[in-house]
Formats: sequence, C-alpha cells, structure tokens
Amino acid sequence: MQAVKYVRAASVQDAVRLLQDGGATARVLAGGTDVIVQARERRREIRLFVDVKHIKELIGVSYSARGGLTIGAATPCYQIYGDANVRQRYPTLVDASSVIGGTAIQGRASLGGNLCNSSPAGDGIPAMIVLEGVANIAGPGGERTVAIEQFCTGPGRNVLAAGEFVVSLHFPAPAAHSGARWMRFIPRNEMDIAVVNAASQLRFDGNRVSWARIALGAVAPTPLLVAEAAAAVVGKPLSDETIAAAAAAARSAATPIADMRGSIKQRKHLVGVFTERTLRGAAERAQGAQ
Amino acid sequence: MVATPEKQTPANKQYRVIGTRPLRPDGTDKVTGRAAYGADVKLEGLLYGQVLRSPHAHARIKSINTKKAEALPGVKAVVTAQDFPPPPPGSINLGESTANFQFLKDNLLASTKALYHGHAVAAVAAVDLHTAEDALALIEVQYEPLPHVVDVREAMLDSAPVLHDSLRTQIRAAGIAPRPDRPTNVASHMRLQKGEIEKGFAEADVVIEREFETSMFHQGYIEPHTSTAYWNKDGEVSIWTSSQGPFGVRGQVAALLQLPVSKVHVTPMEIGGGFGGKIPTYLDPITALLSRKSGRPVKVAMTREAVFEGTGPTSATFSRVKIGAKKDGTLTAAQVYLAYGAGAFPGSSVGAGAMCALAPYVIPNTQIDGLDVVVNRPKTEAYRAPGAPAAEFGVEAVMNELAERLDIDPLELRLKNIASEGALNASGQPWGKIGAREVVMAMKEHQHYNSELQGEHVGRGVALGFWFNGGMESASSAKTNDDGTVSLILGSVDIGGSRASLAMQLAETLGVPYEAVKPKVVDTDSVGFTMVTGGSRTTFAGGWVAYELGVQIRGKLVERAARIWEVPVDQVSYGDDGVIRGPKDAEGKERKLAFTEIAGQLARTGGQIAVSASVSKNTQGAAFAGHIVDLKVDTATGKVDVLRYTAVQDVGTAIHPSYVEGQIHGAVAQGIGMALLEEYVYGADGRLQNASFLDYRMPTTLDVPMIETVLVEVPNPGHPYGVRGVGEVPIVPPQGAIQAAVYDAIGVRFQHTPMSPRVILDELLPDGG
Amino acid sequence: MSHIVINTTINGEATEFLADERDSLLEALRERVGLTGAKEGCNNGNCGACAVILDGRLVNSCCVMAAEIEGSQITTVEGLAQRDHLSPLQQTFLEDAALQCGICTPGFLVASHALLAQNPDPTEHEVRFWLAGNLCRCTGYDKIVRAVLHTAEQMRKA
Ligand SMILES: Cc1cc2nc3c(=O)[nH]c(=O)nc-3n(C[C@H](O)[C@H](O)[C@H](O)COP(=O)(O)OP(=O)(O)OC[C@H]3O[C@@H](n4cnc5c(N)ncnc54)[C@H](O)[C@@H]3O)c2cc1C
Ligand code: FES
Ligand code: FES
Repeated sequence: MQAVKYVRAASVQDAVRLLQDGGATARVLAGGTDVIVQARERRREIRLFVDVKHIKELIGVSYSARGGLTIGAATPCYQIYGDANVRQRYPTLVDASSVIGGTAIQGRASLGGNLCNSSPAGDGIPAMIVLEGVANIAGPGGERTVAIEQFCTGPGRNVLAAGEFVVSLHFPAPAAHSGARWMRFIPRNEMDIAVVNAASQLRFDGNRVSWARIALGAVAPTPLLVAEAAAAVVGKPLSDETIAAAAAAARSAATPIADMRGSIKQRKHLVGVFTERTLRGAAERAQGAQ
Repeated sequence: MVATPEKQTPANKQYRVIGTRPLRPDGTDKVTGRAAYGADVKLEGLLYGQVLRSPHAHARIKSINTKKAEALPGVKAVVTAQDFPPPPPGSINLGESTANFQFLKDNLLASTKALYHGHAVAAVAAVDLHTAEDALALIEVQYEPLPHVVDVREAMLDSAPVLHDSLRTQIRAAGIAPRPDRPTNVASHMRLQKGEIEKGFAEADVVIEREFETSMFHQGYIEPHTSTAYWNKDGEVSIWTSSQGPFGVRGQVAALLQLPVSKVHVTPMEIGGGFGGKIPTYLDPITALLSRKSGRPVKVAMTREAVFEGTGPTSATFSRVKIGAKKDGTLTAAQVYLAYGAGAFPGSSVGAGAMCALAPYVIPNTQIDGLDVVVNRPKTEAYRAPGAPAAEFGVEAVMNELAERLDIDPLELRLKNIASEGALNASGQPWGKIGAREVVMAMKEHQHYNSELQGEHVGRGVALGFWFNGGMESASSAKTNDDGTVSLILGSVDIGGSRASLAMQLAETLGVPYEAVKPKVVDTDSVGFTMVTGGSRTTFAGGWVAYELGVQIRGKLVERAARIWEVPVDQVSYGDDGVIRGPKDAEGKERKLAFTEIAGQLARTGGQIAVSASVSKNTQGAAFAGHIVDLKVDTATGKVDVLRYTAVQDVGTAIHPSYVEGQIHGAVAQGIGMALLEEYVYGADGRLQNASFLDYRMPTTLDVPMIETVLVEVPNPGHPYGVRGVGEVPIVPPQGAIQAAVYDAIGVRFQHTPMSPRVILDELLPDGG
Repeated sequence: MSHIVINTTINGEATEFLADERDSLLEALRERVGLTGAKEGCNNGNCGACAVILDGRLVNSCCVMAAEIEGSQITTVEGLAQRDHLSPLQQTFLEDAALQCGICTPGFLVASHALLAQNPDPTEHEVRFWLAGNLCRCTGYDKIVRAVLHTAEQMRKA
C-alpha cells in the first residue's frame, strides 16, 4: 500500500473542504472495493482517503411516490437490494447490485462508487441510466445535478471537478405500465467483469411501446445511452421485428475494443443478444406491473 | 436432500478402520483459524520481504542498482543474483520433477537475462511490508529488451528468438535424426515406439488425425507461496515454509547456498494447497540470504500476481494424434506427437504425457514423440497428473470421433481395446492388476449414462484417464504410550487429510481404534527422508510405512506378552482385533491382553516401544478413471453450463472414502476450469495479462454442479491394503469428456482448450459477426 | 510510517491496537492483533479467504482499511466457536469433510455463518450464490455446499 492517510468526513461541507485541501491525490473512500485495491496496486497516486460513509446523506435509501427514490451515494449494495421499495419498484437496481462482486463485496460496494469509478464496464451504470437516474453533486461551488448518462467522460474519467463528489443518486418514481431489466454477460456465473452489460426500460400504452431507454456497457469508452435503439421500438407493439431493429441499432452504436476479456466480434454480437434479452425482460416486468 | 455419509460402518467389510470416515486430527485447528500456515509464522524481530520482478518477457539485464533502496529507512537487506554462490553441477530429484541447479538458481533470481514477465530480479527485507514495497520501487534495473517467443510452435522455428545460447536438443531415443549444433529452444526430443506404425495404419479401415492445443493452466492453490528463514549466528539455517516437500526444500537450499544438509532445518507449516506447484522452491533460498544479510528472521509471502507470474503453471501444449481402427473397432495403430512449452527453462512434463497418452488402450503399433521446448513464460512445474491431461485430451477426442465414425458406442469402443493385466503398455511393459475395464463397465451401467438428455443444445460426453501414481521414498516412526495410544511421526505434509488416512492404516494394522493413533507432521530433523506429498503417493507410500511400523510393533508386543506370561514367543499371536493371545494358563483360562492393557504394562517389561521404518516401493498400481458429463450450450453467447457430472474411478482401496471423494471432486472442478474457463493470456508484448483471480477464471461455486463419484475398488496387490493413488487421475478426463459433450450439443469438435464462450461463439457466428 | 490507535470490538472483546495508517483490516488483524485466522489469498477481493463480519455484514477484510473500523464490531473465524465446543457449522464442516487443505475454510465458515444468520433455510442455489465470492481449489465445493445445507437442516431441527 502506498503512503496514504485516512480521514473521516463528518458532513458534506467537511468532505468538500477535505477534498479541496487534499488536491489531486485525495480520493473519496466509499466501499473501497475499487479504490483500496487501486491504491494498493499503485495504479494511481493516492495520498488521502476521505471516508464519506459517516455523512448521513451518503447512506440510506428513501422512497416516496411523489419524490421517487434517493440512494445515498455510499450506500452498500446489500442495503440497496435489501430495501423493500427497491425490490418492489426498482428491480433493475436489484439485478445489478446483487451481482457486483460476491456477497462480501456487496457488503461494502456502493452504486456511487460504481459510478464514480467510471469504468466502461461498471455494472450499475446502464441500470441507473435506463431508470433516468441523476447524480446529486456537492462541491465548492454548491450543488448541481448531472444525468447518469452524462456523468462518465472516458474510462476512469467523469464530470466531477476538484472538490466535488456525489452525495446521492436519484430516480423518478416508476411510470405506470413500465418495466426495466438489466443483464450482463460474463464467462463465469459470478465474480467477473462484464464482457457486455445492457439495460432496457419500456413504457406501454396499451400494447404499444410509448417510451423506451436502452443503455449498454463495456462496448465504448463510457456506458452508452442508445437513443436509436430505443427509437426502433417506440410507437409500435413490441415484436420480434422491433426487437431485432433495436438490437441492430445497439450493435451499430457499440464501438468496443478487443481485450483480454472479449473480442470486438463477440462484444458486438452480445450487444444484440442482451439488447434483445433485456427488452424481453423489461416487457415481462411491465406486464407484471400492470 | 443431502445425505450424511455413513460414519462408522466401514464400506469395506474386510477391515475395521479402513473404509470408515473418522474426523481428521488437524480438523479442529483448521475450522477455528488456529492452524498455522506459512504466512502465520511469527518470530521476534521478523522482517518482511518482497521480490522485484521483470516487466519484460525477454531482456538482457544491463545493471541493477540497489543503492537507493538500501538507503530507505527501514530497509535491512537487498539481494540480487550476485549474492548466490555459484551453483553446484547436477540436479535434484523432487519427486514429480527434477531441478537442475543452474536453472533453479537462474529462476530464483535472474542474473544476466530476464526470461519471462514476472522473472524475479531482486528482493528486499524491511521492517514492514509497506516499506519493503516502497523499496522495490527504488531498485533501478536497466533492461535491454529482446525479441520474445511465448508460443511453443513458434519457438521451434529456426527464426525464433533463442532463450539460452547454450541449449542443444537432447535426442532421447534411437531413430530420431540428430539436430544441427546450433542454439535452439527445443531442449529434448524423446520417442516411445512399439510394433510397426506404418503397417498398423495400413491395416486400419478408418484413420483419424487431428491437432490439439491446450492453454497454460495454473494450479491455483489459494495460499500464495511463503517462506520464513532465520540464518543463525552459528551458520545454521532454519526455514518455515509451506511446501509439499520439506526434504526437497532442504536439498535445494543446501545446494544453492552451499551448505551441508545438516545445517538446514526445514519445518513444514500447514499448506494451503499445492497440486504439484509447491514442490520447487521460489523463496526459501532468497529469504535465507536476506536473513543472513540482515541478521534477522525474514518472511516473504508472494502476492497473488507474483504467484501467477512467477511460479510454475502447466505447459501450453500442441499435439497431433492419429489413430487407426478396423471396422469392428479394433485399434491397429496410434501415433502421437506432443510439443510442450517448458517455460523459460527445460523440463516440462512431456515425458510423463507421452507415457500416459495411449495408456488406457491396448494398441499393437504405436509411436509417441515428445518435445520439450523453452519459451518466454514461467518455468512450468507439476500440476496434478503432470503432462497427462493435455496428452490424453487429444487421444480421447479422437477416440470419440472414431466411435462416431464407426457407429460404435464410445464406451464399447473403449472396452474393445481396454488395457488389462498382462497386456503391454506404450513403453512395452506388461500391465499389473488394473481396473480399467471395471471402470468402463461401471460407467456403462451407471444410471447417468443410460438416462435421457433433455432440452435444446444439451450434450453428453465421456472420456477416460490414466495416471501412473508415485511410489518413492517415505519414512515414519511410531511409539507406544502408556495410555494405550500410538504416536505416528510423519515426514509427509498433510494437504488434504493424509494424517487421518495414514493413522487409519496403522490403526488397522494394530487392530486399535483410529482414535488411538496420534499422527504428527514434524520437521526434517525429526523423521527420516520422505519424498514430496504429490504424485498421489502419500497414502500409498506412507501407508506402506504405517503398515511396516504396525507389523514391527505387533512383533515387539508379542515378545513382551510372552515375557509377561513367561511362555515361548511362538505360542503368542497378535490378532487383527488388537488382542494378543497366548496358550491357556494352569487353570485352563485363555491368556489374552488387549493392546491398551499391554501398553500400560510396557514400562515394567522394558519400556515403551519405539520403531521406525522407511520404504521405497514402485508397486504403486496404476489408476484409471472415466467421466460422464452432461452440459448445455447457450448458442447465443457461447456459454456452457455443466449440468451433471459423474466420475468413476478405480481407487484401489478407499481408506477414508470422504477424502477420496474430495480428491475427485476437486480434480473434476479443476478439469472443468481447464476445459471451459482457465488460461494464461499473453499480450503481443509477451506480458501476462490476467495475473489475478478475477481474470484467471477458476470455477466458483456456481460454475460446477454436485459431482457424483463412483469408487470402484480393485485393490492394488502391491500394497498391504490395496491402496492406489487417487488424487491425480481425476483431472485427466474432464477436457475430453466436455469436448465430446459440447460436440454432442452443438455439433462442433473443438480442438483447443479452454472452450471459452468467446471461442465457442466464434465458431457459431457467421464470419464477420 | 505513521501509526494510529484503533479501538474496536473483536469477537466480543473491546480491543485497542496500534496500526500503520496504510494497513488493511486484514493486515491489522493478522500482524497487529495477532488473529491469523483470516487468510490472504489474493489481497484484492477475489477469493474470500479474508472474510470477516463487520458491523453485521460480510466483507473481505483485504478491501477494508484498518483505519475505517474505529468503533466497529468485528467477528472473525476465531469468534465462531463457543468456549468449549465448536459452532454447528464448524462441527459439520469437520464431520462432512468439507475441507482439504483448509486455507479457504475460515472464509467459507464466516461467509456461511453470515448466510445462515439471515436465511436459515437456503436452497442449494442460494448457498452457491452466496458463496460465489469464496474460492476453494481443493474440494470442488461439493462437500462445502452439502455441509452448509446439512448444518442449516440440523439447526432447524434443534
Ligand atoms: C472482487 C471484486 C469484484 C467486483 N465485481 C464487480 C462487478 O461485478 N461489477 C462491477 O461493476 N464492479 C465490480 N467491482 C468493482 C467495484 O466493486 C464496484 O465498482 C463498486 O461499485 C465500487 O463501489 P465502492 O463503494 O466500493 O467504491 P470505492 O472503491 O470506494 O470508490 C470507487 C471510486 O469512486 C470514487 N468515489 C466513490 N464514491 C464517491 C462519491 N460519492 N463521490 C465521488 N467519488 C466517489 C472513489 O474515489 C474511487 O475513485 C468488483 C470489485 C472487486 C474487488
Ligand atoms: S484475500 Fe481478501 S478476498 Fe482474497
Ligand atoms: S480446502 Fe483447500 S482451498 Fe479449500
């Protein structure tokens, strides 16, 4: 482990100040499942951990029919998928948060950390995108919100400026007749980095799809919201043809790299498969919700 | 429903203790966290070491500057290859491999050249781990990168970069053309020949020839290598290590540091898995040198990354298999060509692979070639049935294809040609008593083989496997205690319950309860020379010793009883029930003494009894296994799910059936990993890209089903209790069985492992995706 | 090197110790507190050998900074047994031969303990899913999964 110091932030303001004072080598410490390993393996210079888990806004899940769902950015996955409202109304968050690492990782890993780590393959991100999530950010200049799909700017990079951090994640209340599903492809059945991940949300008006969102991960420098794929299913009943059109649009939006975890051909193909599977899954959930 | 194993009735009616499932004596410490493994050693003044490794696949080391590292506060010693004395000539036999001292030393710390990514170049000891890590970053190594080669076939080309200028091909059989006298990566070429190969193929109605590749696999033990050493002021060196062979460590350290073996004291710690990979030494001579330089005890524990980069995985292999058969399935000829990547130094397990390749079958005309080829990868080492899985994978695949071509059931085809007692193996030796036929019969009759497969893209496959098993030298001693127990002193480290299985064999011999035998694993000063725990030899050879100890104790007790009763020795006998009986006394009552009773009286009849024995036997008895697997392929993703698995095996005699089953379960899971998931991935720069448990994908709980075991017992006549090694052969069949099942499911015969989703998908997708 | 004082409760005992600010919880437990039951298999969260229970939830101690645990409650494998007898899981692991080399065993026991505490009647799939972050290279998981199911069954009967 490199020579890193540790400090607990007591409040949002406290954290902002500590991050500002700490400069470029200060990092937020949420669940630590990314950042502790990165510091130990000396993949980046880190001199200060600012532990945000003792700030009350950063931990916990709250829901109201009017306000929607707010998740403290450092809330560990197990608390997210263990929440009754999340289980009932946002099963898509359960899809993703219950397979990030294994049980012991979920005891610590947060969706805020998943987002801020900004890995193209971060499993929580496409799920949060299709649920129209936003990140509530605090910083030296006050507070601002950024839509999840606009948050990541490149592998390991995001919109956060010096001294800024994510306080919470917010999701609107689910619309009537809607459903969403997140899935990923990994070679093992658990404990793996996604070769491809994908999420879809569908809203229905009768049997017509009235609105859709489709997001992909691990196939571009950042997770992608693919409007063209969504457009392919909107306005018509969901059918094999519209699904195939969405899958084709998703495939053309994907610009994957070849690496040790997957080839370009494989990833392009899987984008189609998982666009289809998440669309069918979303439709099933929408039906269940009706 | 989960069945609880029957605990106390021996499955094997012939015996009292053998075949039961008693608790292991080290179990309580292992479930409470008290058992001391290598990393748990604590000594006063302990320093922590770390090893610097080459980032290059192949590079000349121009200079190493350790000044800055040495100057860092808290750093107590830095060592490089310069700190070693010149190595002695020759090599050491480590049981499953031999280590040439020059290569061993060059592998421990590179001197003039780094030969693979992860090759150790320097080591430091400091007051804590963090400081040792900081110091590594301060060591300045100047490298001159050289062209590299990691692929075994490329390494054989004349144009390939050469690793060792001094290397010439050793020709190890008559009939192989000699090679020109110039540097090469082909370290040796061996051949096994029987009959007339061309004539054999001419007699065949069908001949199938295929090429295969297997990837480099790591043993994947969960405990990284560790070593702690203290070089005392009197020149005596103590080492605490988690090794499969403490005597091997003693020999290697003594040779490399030019010490007499009597000055090297090795204490085996509990060991967190080895599978062959913890036979050679990587750290012990280095920790010893660091200790000498610093004057303090030093502990080095490898990181997981270092384990993947710098220890000894299997060879990546290339093979060509050609088999000919008559219409009725009779095999007429087989030709096998094996090229194994040895890693950076010669010495792959290609020889063992060659001897195993065709072993399950009687084939009149065979030729097997084996090439040992150096490549810029870590030096390969033994891994469970070393060399056999890769060699037999290709043979089993061709056998399954032949069965289909001939329209014969794959198990019938095997039965028709199965190895049996008296038939000649590929080396021209007659088989002893073996259970190959019994294994295939048990597979054929098993409900699994006769059940219906259901669903889409599901398939079933079968394959056989063979492994020799090891014999070699083992020693132990035993002494009686006056509470009626016997202490059993062992030189074999216990990786998976061998304390229990050896104690059971002594208890059986003495006719005493298992609990009356108290086994203990001790250091190299306290027991006779004992070879490595590996090669499936421990229960066999250690059991032989336990039996001999028991026989000696029986003899002495009979003498003592005769003395107590004042009768001639030849009128006293020791019963298998542990009761000593003599002639009737004056009142006509039978004289008898149970073991516990007489043990209490020994102090008065000449003291407690202490015996020792050592054996070296080569009657270990071969092991055969046959596996049946069902699986499902997701044709949209290329992912395979193993649905059902049955492993049949001739185990000789199952001493502790739970541990026999456990060995089979573990080996099958590793085999599934080889078949579907695991591989070393090298980049174009020759660097290993997946040196972590995240990306070197060993099966998790969710990647394997329950594994049914069928223990066929064909006792080994070369052992008092019929023991055959059981631990290695079950890793041999999985790749072949799974390859066949994938074919059954989707109609593609893969010739490469792992059959990862990417590979399978590639085959299923139209070109261009 | 900067040292910090940490106050926690470990296996029910108030414990104060000195740690390097750079120590992980795993390093602190093993090197500073002297509890070597938690094992290091990978040091990056991928094997579960270092699992402990931190404030009621399962975590990998190699992915926790020692400094974070000030004021926390920790249970390690050393805390599972009663004064003079093993816990049901420990006893069943032994009887059902759910360990071979034993290096993964502390992690599996702690993880299984956490599972049974919140789900006394898990299915085989639930056991496998919960334990997927614990690697074992010796057993093929068969006897481990059976032992957990068997313990759950015995505990329900008791
Ligand atoms: C064994 C293992 C398995 C894993 N498996 C998966 C997987 O399956 N899928 C997956 O997506 N990921 C996986 N990960 C990665 C990791 O667990 C996740 O990305 C996790 O969600 C990170 O959350 P955390 O709270 O631990 O983040 P941390 O490690 O605490 O932080 C991650 C990064 O975000 C920053 N950060 C954290 N919180 C904030 C905040 N509120 N504001 C600003 N910056 C912040 C940190 O400074 C750091 O740079 C795995 C990791 C391990 C060790
Ligand atoms: S050592 Fe912590 S998960 Fe492997
Ligand atoms: S028993 Fe050896 S790793 Fe599990």
